[in-house]
Amino acid sequence: MNLTETEPTVREKNRQHTNEPSWLSETREQALARFVELGLPTLHDENWRFTNVAALKSFAFEPAAKPAPHGVTAEDLKPFPFAGFDGNKLVFVDGRFASELSSVSKLPNGVKVMSLADALVTETDLVKKHLFRHANIEKNAFVALNTAHFHDGAFIYLPPNAEVEGPIQLLFVSTGKTDGATVHPRNLLVAERASHFCILESYVSLGDATYFTNSVTELVAGENVSGQHLKFQDENPHAFHITNLATHFGRASQVTTHSFALGAKLSRTNIHAILAGQGLECVLNGLYLTNVSQLADHFMVVEHAQPNCASHEYFNGILAGKSKGVFHGRILVHPDAQKTDAKQTNKNLLLSDDATVDTKPQLEIYADDVKCTHGATIGQLNEKAIFYLRTRGISLEKARRILIHAFAGEIIERIGCSSVREELDRIIWDRLEKDQEIAVDK
Amino acid sequence: MKKPILAIQNLKAGVENRQILKGINLTIYPGEVHAIMGPNGSGKSTLAGILAGRAGYEVTDGEVIYCDKDLLALSPEERAREGVFLAFQYPVEIPGVNSTYFLKSAYNETRKHRGLPELDAMEFLAFVKERVKLLELKDDLLKRSVNEGFSGGEKKRNEIFQMAVLEPKLAILDETDSGLDIDALKIVANGVNSLKRADNAQLLITHYQRLLDFIVPDFVHVLYDGRIVKSGGKELAHELEQKGYEEIIHETAVRA
Repeated sequence: MNLTETEPTVREKNRQHTNEPSWLSETREQALARFVELGLPTLHDENWRFTNVAALKSFAFEPAAKPAPHGVTAEDLKPFPFAGFDGNKLVFVDGRFASELSSVSKLPNGVKVMSLADALVTETDLVKKHLFRHANIEKNAFVALNTAHFHDGAFIYLPPNAEVEGPIQLLFVSTGKTDGATVHPRNLLVAERASHFCILESYVSLGDATYFTNSVTELVAGENVSGQHLKFQDENPHAFHITNLATHFGRASQVTTHSFALGAKLSRTNIHAILAGQGLECVLNGLYLTNVSQLADHFMVVEHAQPNCASHEYFNGILAGKSKGVFHGRILVHPDAQKTDAKQTNKNLLLSDDATVDTKPQLEIYADDVKCTHGATIGQLNEKAIFYLRTRGISLEKARRILIHAFAGEIIERIGCSSVREELDRIIWDRLEKDQEIAVDK
Repeated sequence: MKKPILAIQNLKAGVENRQILKGINLTIYPGEVHAIMGPNGSGKSTLAGILAGRAGYEVTDGEVIYCDKDLLALSPEERAREGVFLAFQYPVEIPGVNSTYFLKSAYNETRKHRGLPELDAMEFLAFVKERVKLLELKDDLLKRSVNEGFSGGEKKRNEIFQMAVLEPKLAILDETDSGLDIDALKIVANGVNSLKRADNAQLLITHYQRLLDFIVPDFVHVLYDGRIVKSGGKELAHELEQKGYEEIIHETAVRA
């Protein structure tokens, strides 16, 4: 989209969301105006120095008003991760809720697992209380763009003390039929006091078109909540994927977010964690596995706003071909946030001479009694370990895969739910098995 | 006459223009235990590395025939599948790689190579638990990552445990005694001795005679400056212990 042509889009948007309440349409208009002001980030923007999104200029950011029937069947979803899992599952095809592919059952009292578009109608008060409160349109062009254009996404609400059996799956499938198309999934996940959650948010494609996913997830965890949020991104190798995960953690909560970036030509995962209550602990855990000319960027801001909190970031990258990894972790400790314990680790495994990684830790500390550490490593596979494995009869290729898998395993093992952990482990191993290039020494 | 398991002829090798092995001759027959002793820098570990296929050495002359095959033409994994085993002087820690998984992969590679069906996880576990007792190792070793966080003694015992699982035709033990206290040394030696058969062979590489009190060799060779300068029976080890390397080497030099 050329930014000078945004005016017609504002008018079109109004046509598309005519039935919406005014609080929503006003926010959309503000967001679009803000997006026009901000424009797409460029390499001159400090937070986008390593990731060039200029190619997005040619995309139509507005989703099709009345999409053709998608024709996706349950059979089509079988190859995707977690397909064999029972339990609650919301499926979205090209950003629209596909109720016929979804299943919601066995929900405890007060728990909501539904499409956000439906929730805007039936759970207005709950939605209104949280939506737009955490993902900031002021500073972030992609959040603004999503806010202006989103059609649907998931709404999950857990009342105090609630617990849902098994992981709740959100599956975002792109049919990938149209070049230049954009989807803007929007999710609102709210876990009230002392509830427990495990939510899987997956982004996958069926077709090979060059499309753009611009998702925003707001995750609110109250006091004493424990939970795991896992984002799995494996879109087609032409796709662009930008996610903003805005989280707000309450007192004594224990939440882990996981990000697995395997697919897309360019992916950027922004995680903004606000540690808003005392004595909480959060873990941001992630793995990127790229090849050919892929780029996977993780940009984290961990904001310690209260005392006695711990945050740990663990990100491992495995880069083959000419692919590129970016890790940018900013830890911001507010003046009141004494006794903060913030730790950040980024480890990268370069499997070819042409793979690169940019890693940038950033500490901004305004309190005086804190413990903040960060470390980054970039290296190759351990030759001694490869030789050791070979002297036991294991082939060079398998030895390499075993070691790469072990490196990925450091991240996978932090997944709290065993069925999810095993599934991810299998996916990563399959990927390594399939990828001949990864096993070859270069 | 029996065919040798290993026949090294005039082996010359080194790294980057520096010759380390200057013509090694050594023949090992089935059922034999050989010990190569030598001071630091004599080429002991180079020899072990070349036999196992470690990269970085250049062989400039000679040949190594292992069971009628040109050993040096084989990759490290092919050598292992053919029955060559190196117990490392410094076993490598491999975080994140489960010991059972690792051993099962290794074991099944060899079985595949021999045309035998692979063992599944349950069968393998039953087999391996048997072997773990031999080295007086704890079962939990099987759940841990390969060598990770093991004590020096545990690492060495783990090497022999792997040897017990893989049942090599030729086991090369590189300084297996170093860093072991006397109790651990006895356990390791018992393990090695119990694995001795009429159709396999063991090559012990060591600086000290101590190991040879527990694993009694049929032949002892003194390696010095890249050559075997003296060979003899087990009594040579005791002679070395009494006289020290210098005197033995001096005697040989005088004779030559």
